[in-house]
Amino acid sequence: MAQGSISINGNRFPFEPEQTILQIAENNQIRIPTLCYLKGASPTGACRICVVEVEGARSLLAACSTPAVDGMVVHTESPRVVASRRETLELLLASGNHNCAIGSTREKDWTAFQMQAAASDNGEDLCPAWGDCRLQDLAYHYQVEGGKYPRTTPPYPMETVNPLIVRDFSRCILCGRCVQACNEIQVNRAIDFGYRGVAAKVVAGTDVPLKDSQCVFCGECIQACPTGALVEKKARFVWRPWKNRKIRTTCPYCGVGCQQWLHVQDDRIVKVTGVEDGAPNQGRLCVKGRFGYDFIYSDERLKTPLIREGDDFREASWDEALDLVADRFKAIIKESGSDALAGVSCARSINEDSYQMQKLFRGVFKTNNIDHCART
Amino acid sequence: MFLVIGSNMTEAHPVAATFVKNAVLNGARLVVVDPRRHRLVDFADMHLPLKVGSDIALLNAIMHVLIEENLYDKAFVAEHTTGFDQLKETVQACPPEKAAPVCGIDATTIRKVARLLASVKPVMVCYTLGITEHTCGKNNVMSVANLQMLLGNMGVEMGGVNPLRGQNNVQGACDMGALPNVYPGYQPVTDAKACEKFETAWQTTGMSQEVGLMIPQMMDGLVDGKVRGFYIFGENLANTEPDIHKVEHELASAEFLVVQDIFLNETTRFADVVLPAAAWSENDGTFTNSERRVSRVRTASPAPGVAMPNWWIFREIARRFGHAWPSNSGREIWDNEISMLAPSLGGIKYHRIEGDGLQWPCPTVEHPGTAYLHRGGQFTCGLGRFTPAEWTPPAEVPDENYPLVLSTGRRLYHYHTRTQTGRCEGLNDLLGEETADISFVDADRLGIENGERIRVKSRRGEVAVRANVTPEVPQGMVWMAFHFREGNANWLTNAAFDPFTLTAEYKACAVRIEKM
Ligand code: SF4
Ligand code: SF4
Ligand code: FES
Repeated sequence: MAQGSISINGNRFPFEPEQTILQIAENNQIRIPTLCYLKGASPTGACRICVVEVEGARSLLAACSTPAVDGMVVHTESPRVVASRRETLELLLASGNHNCAIGSTREKDWTAFQMQAAASDNGEDLCPAWGDCRLQDLAYHYQVEGGKYPRTTPPYPMETVNPLIVRDFSRCILCGRCVQACNEIQVNRAIDFGYRGVAAKVVAGTDVPLKDSQCVFCGECIQACPTGALVEKKARFVWRPWKNRKIRTTCPYCGVGCQQWLHVQDDRIVKVTGVEDGAPNQGRLCVKGRFGYDFIYSDERLKTPLIREGDDFREASWDEALDLVADRFKAIIKESGSDALAGVSCARSINEDSYQMQKLFRGVFKTNNIDHCART
Repeated sequence: MFLVIGSNMTEAHPVAATFVKNAVLNGARLVVVDPRRHRLVDFADMHLPLKVGSDIALLNAIMHVLIEENLYDKAFVAEHTTGFDQLKETVQACPPEKAAPVCGIDATTIRKVARLLASVKPVMVCYTLGITEHTCGKNNVMSVANLQMLLGNMGVEMGGVNPLRGQNNVQGACDMGALPNVYPGYQPVTDAKACEKFETAWQTTGMSQEVGLMIPQMMDGLVDGKVRGFYIFGENLANTEPDIHKVEHELASAEFLVVQDIFLNETTRFADVVLPAAAWSENDGTFTNSERRVSRVRTASPAPGVAMPNWWIFREIARRFGHAWPSNSGREIWDNEISMLAPSLGGIKYHRIEGDGLQWPCPTVEHPGTAYLHRGGQFTCGLGRFTPAEWTPPAEVPDENYPLVLSTGRRLYHYHTRTQTGRCEGLNDLLGEETADISFVDADRLGIENGERIRVKSRRGEVAVRANVTPEVPQGMVWMAFHFREGNANWLTNAAFDPFTLTAEYKACAVRIEKM
């Protein structure tokens, strides 16, 4: 049931009850930038990048948290709006190690800042989120170069004392998306805002390292973070969007069957993220789905067929190994009949493999002695 | 509303659990039935910490109350079910007062939970191996279905019975006919027509119409010589089957053992030939999840060395028997064979599942797939049949010598025998060894400190592990996983099986613990 209509940038759009200005705009392909807004969670209105001008309202309103009212007249890119967004971006850029070369030409102390950021990163590369940062995108879009305000030194050191997640508070813009991802999406309740004012920080438990908190390392917070404040330790400074190819697949662990993006560089998976809006997991993953991919690159992988020789194995060619298997199976069938063979298929491998194995046992060996660990 | 029974969802199916937690935050009710106070319990309206293996007694008592107080869905029972009278008779013999001492839940609580379940519609039941890994596993499953039919929660969205599959493609392996009694799409091997259909499709003759062996029977066959050639594909049986000593003896008896896997493991030690396979992301294919959704798996990088896709290996063996199989890729196998032969998968083709997968039954390429079964109370066999069951104790119960119950499962950071997760950077650091989870009461009684190494003994074996003293575990229980060879719970577990499904009783055996 339409509840009336609002005007956005001169066009009228009908809307449903309780829709926000942002939702109506998105439904009609009008882009309003957001930073803190996280789909599926309640809007907080924290970052103010999504402000729009509503005729008759004294101040600018956050589109993500303002419900539409019949007859509203909204401007999403008016000069007042743009000025406000630029100001917001200037402040954010001044708040930490946002060393992605925005403003490198303008700022006179750029080199000194760059060196300080590199020292804090313990490396020479630019920000690990380079090319995949909403703040960077918006700064380019609104041509904000930083340097208007003096940079503040980040008050908290980086947290690296767990094997999977790097928390770099120097790049945190306190948007709160990670807090929402953890509390409202995954409902693990591991992190929240702590302290006040300039000391504000996203804390785990009573401000302890993640590994000592309720955190289960699902990494949902990393996926939600719009900047380089939360990154996968295994992918940090390795994963770079311009080298990267994304391949959609299904997780190999439990029976939920989550949809994943494999981020592949030089024939290697370097990180995994959830497919937003994909069924069944709507972008969510657990610790195994997100971080459990590198077993395939283990040195211990079997690389060649092996044939037993005494207590040991020796390497063999496919032809030799498969001929041996076929010959022995033929001999057993001949001596003792088809039912002297039995096979166990794999409940982790693809359907096509299980199909082929039962086809081999039934159609070729002529036995129904085929099963798998369905029951564990 | 959700009833989660025998499922530690937050650890075993973390992403499914997030959706349950979201629903609870939005006002859904949640009842958790589980001996352990695991993390989902924090979100529950009621937690029933029943004794291990007493599920049927509890469910029958709940149904007793539903019938006694006239709280069941009479219209659904009348229109869509048969066998109500037998069910009534069985559960009438099981009032809450009688069930209470069996399951350790008092009668008032049982009545309360029955009323709560009847007060909301629909209720979705989620269960995992806590229900099936018992000698009465099949009866457990039936009892859960009885309850849902009685409540009229079948065939509705957000209702029904949802077994959460443990391994990613258990559903698919069943659908593909990797079972001794059915072809792909659950067509019985004993049906001459079905046999003929597959003989034609596979261009072969003389296929067997007798039901084959299940894994435990195969293992027995290795010892008595009935099974001479054994082919294990991708399962580390030496660690995952109950009673490791027994399994190892059986595997060692195999005359000719072929193991096809991606790593050497405890099972390959017994192999005569080891065949190197391509892994998950080195293949094009499909997985089928617990909701029967067929989704694509894609190649991201090449397999190491000369490792090859599993389907290729099987095809090569067939070739050596004179069978030339035409399909030569995952896509050809699916599109040209599987979906042609299994009617419920007929409409699923690779080009339709480029993005999101499709849920079977999906008989035609126009069909949108099926989100939930038995729509509107329509069961495949006509009416839903109540199959009443009586409670039976686990095969091995605690006694003087072995006074504690051992129950097993998996933990968040690992998966099965860790052939995969143990080789992922980071995951091993988060959880590097097996522990025995015990209650504060038992720890105090035996003077065991958290983190102290203790011995856990059963009639079959013993292991030395660190004690993890935790409020999650009730008094009288030891809880362990089977992720690590050392301290693997399967040195202790009982190779007792459900008589129908031959599922092993991983969830209950008797043990004692000792200080070292
Ligand atoms: S860590 Fe990232 S997501 Fe969290 S508040 Fe900081 S910038 Fe936002
Ligand atoms: S990894 Fe998951 S549990 Fe840990 S803080 Fe991030 S969202 Fe929360
Ligand atoms: S996106 Fe609306 S206030 Fe941040």
